[in-house]
Amino acid sequence: MSSAPAPLLELREVSLAFGGLRVVSGLDLHVDEGEIVSVIGPNGAGKTTLFNLITGIYRPDSGSITLAGDSIVGLQPHQISQRGISRTFQTLRLFLNMSVKENVMAAAYGHTRAGVFRSMLRTPGMRREEREIEALAEERLAFFGKRLMGYRWDQPAYSLSYANRRRLEIARATATNPRILLLDEPAAGMNPAETHEITELIGELRTAGGYTILVIEHDMHVVEGISDRVVALDHGVKLAEGSFESVATNAQVIEAYLGLQTAATK
Amino acid sequence: MSDSTPTGSSTPAGGPAVGQDEWVARHAAARVFKSGPLASAEDRLRQVPWWAWLVLFLALFSLLPLVESSGYVRRVAFDTVLYMLLALGLNIVVGWGGLLDLGYVAFYGVGAYAYAILDSPKFGIHLPSLLVVPLVVIIGAIVGLLLGLPSRRLTGDYLAIVTLFFLQLFQTLTTNGDSAFGHNITGGPNGILNVDPFHVLGHDLAVQHQGVFAVAYLYVALGIFALVYIALRFVNRSRTGRAWRSLREDPLAAEAMGMPVSWLKLMSFSFGAAVAALTGTVFAALNASVFPLSFYFVLLIIIYTMVILGGSGSQPGVVLGAIVVSPALELLREPSKGRLLFYIVLIGGLLLMFRFSRRLGLVAGATFVLGLVLHVLASAHDHRWVAGEHAGGFAGVVGHWVVVPSHLASWIAPTTYIGLIAAVLLLTLVSGWLRLVLLVPTLYLAAFVWENVMLAKPEPARYIILGLILISLMVLRPNGLLGERRVEIV
Ligand SMILES: Nc1ncnc2c1ncn2[C@@H]1O[C@H](COP(=O)(O)OP(=O)(O)O)[C@@H](O)[C@H]1O
Ligand SMILES: [Mg+2]
Repeated sequence: MSSAPAPLLELREVSLAFGGLRVVSGLDLHVDEGEIVSVIGPNGAGKTTLFNLITGIYRPDSGSITLAGDSIVGLQPHQISQRGISRTFQTLRLFLNMSVKENVMAAAYGHTRAGVFRSMLRTPGMRREEREIEALAEERLAFFGKRLMGYRWDQPAYSLSYANRRRLEIARATATNPRILLLDEPAAGMNPAETHEITELIGELRTAGGYTILVIEHDMHVVEGISDRVVALDHGVKLAEGSFESVATNAQVIEAYLGLQTAATK
Repeated sequence: MSDSTPTGSSTPAGGPAVGQDEWVARHAAARVFKSGPLASAEDRLRQVPWWAWLVLFLALFSLLPLVESSGYVRRVAFDTVLYMLLALGLNIVVGWGGLLDLGYVAFYGVGAYAYAILDSPKFGIHLPSLLVVPLVVIIGAIVGLLLGLPSRRLTGDYLAIVTLFFLQLFQTLTTNGDSAFGHNITGGPNGILNVDPFHVLGHDLAVQHQGVFAVAYLYVALGIFALVYIALRFVNRSRTGRAWRSLREDPLAAEAMGMPVSWLKLMSFSFGAAVAALTGTVFAALNASVFPLSFYFVLLIIIYTMVILGGSGSQPGVVLGAIVVSPALELLREPSKGRLLFYIVLIGGLLLMFRFSRRLGLVAGATFVLGLVLHVLASAHDHRWVAGEHAGGFAGVVGHWVVVPSHLASWIAPTTYIGLIAAVLLLTLVSGWLRLVLLVPTLYLAAFVWENVMLAKPEPARYIILGLILISLMVLRPNGLLGERRVEIV
């Protein structure tokens, strides 16, 4: 295992149980600055729960989570977001009745300042900040080529297609100006062409956007295409970690997937 | 790659035009680029800036007292402006914050009482209006904040129950506030009397001018409305407004995107309370008195009706809601106008149901004949059966159709009322010809209940009519008159 000087995100011995069900047990995980790490594992392995732990939606029963060396356990999700961790949701959670552009603008809340009274008076400072927020939103939406541009800006998010909703979620997540992006199954429900596009896009998010990325993905082609490192989970336990080849050929990992398949066919 | 720009009908290089994505994109494009004269007129109307609409609206409203000099009309217009303000305030909490606040009216009461205490002979305090009104707004905001504190972790039903409890608490405190630790603070059920009118720079803003409702208050209220409307519009188009609406759409996602959801809830509560308290000062200054019963549950329902009817979340929508509902409630105070509205709703409902089809003719004709036959039979049997009171004019027509006995046996009212409800329920269960046949006696029964039971009790009757209007509008426009279309594709 690599021993980089200071991982950007680090989990040590993190455990969480719901009632008697141990969903994550004794998990160690680290993501270095500039890395793309993939998390794989069968359904119910605890991958989304892992994201919920990192973003503060759940609090771990034990263990530590640090961002650039500082503990983030016990912080509110919005505080964690403001410190530089942003995410997308596996089950899309857009602000459906707000416009496409407003969805992205809303996420700039944490790093902007104008208070209510300045907004009521529309002070010059407030208006300048509004222009900056708008420019930021347009820039983040432009990341996806023409798909979320032009007339789309003022359309409500509910009018978007499924694939565009996934893109909008990524745009919104980047508008919080994060250091690390957590993407929960970004290619789920997409057709092959769109999946291919997402693969390239994740690479671009790192090179052009400068984000460190932790991604949950089922599609092995996507995982192979993007990952510096792969972590395999099952029943909340880390089965394997390393390069794509080493994890994909790991006997335990294969069994976890196959075992599930045979169980499903019974 | 496939390209879903509006003109993008070309097949993507990678294969055939694929799936839902393309399909939905094309539909969206078709919706945006619709054509035709109506669409272009709509487009042009949309391009009129919001402030132009506001100025036009204020100008028209200001002209009203010049056209109509009756004090009654002015008073109704004034009450409508108060409702417009209350609806704007509730819209912050319900329409933007997405919180079900059933204690809202209590903040209105807090504002009115605070003004009355700080500006009346009750304690001999007479602060100038320019000081007391901002002070009361701040008090309202603080009370909203404090009551919001225990509620900030609650959502939905739980929040509704807790806030409803606050409204009850307000009622109890004001009603029993005449002996709080031996001090008389709120005057109890008798309220606080002789509250000062607004007074600015030593001038009283008299409520009456030569015995008629002074138009000054209408303009003061309208001015406050304009300020509140503009301020709230600016807030809505700011980082805070976006955060409020995000919270309404999905609190978890809002929190994960860096928005402090608890604090935002508190703020929306507090701002709603501040607007209600501000409205309360105008109310108290105009009426020169406050009583616990002015801030009752029915008022809450009326304001909610306005917000929902007009389109929760839309500022022009909730204002329109107030403008529709407030005068309608006034009209319904008079039985003859209430009766007119009742039959309009009945006939309108039938029209909506059947359009202009043969079945409409059949049902209407059969109901008409049924009424005439029953009327003739009843009057032949005993004249007193049809000798009930009827106001003239319009009622004269109805009087030859609906049986209205001069004396109603005590069992008739509840029986027919329950029978009507049962008949309506039955209607929803059957279909086809059976429904048409059953509709005829049900309609007649409705008219009978209206004439004999409802008209005798105009107060509940007007709320029933309001409910009927609300239901039929909700069927037609589920998001309110000016509400945004809320649809989900996929
Ligand atoms: N809030 C919760 N309460 C109880 N059980 C939960 C909760 N969230 C997740 N789980 C359970 O934890 C396990 C892991 O879920 P999840 O992290 O969503 O899996 P996945 O790897 O498919 O994303 C599942 O068995 C799920 O039922
Ligand atoms: Mg999952």
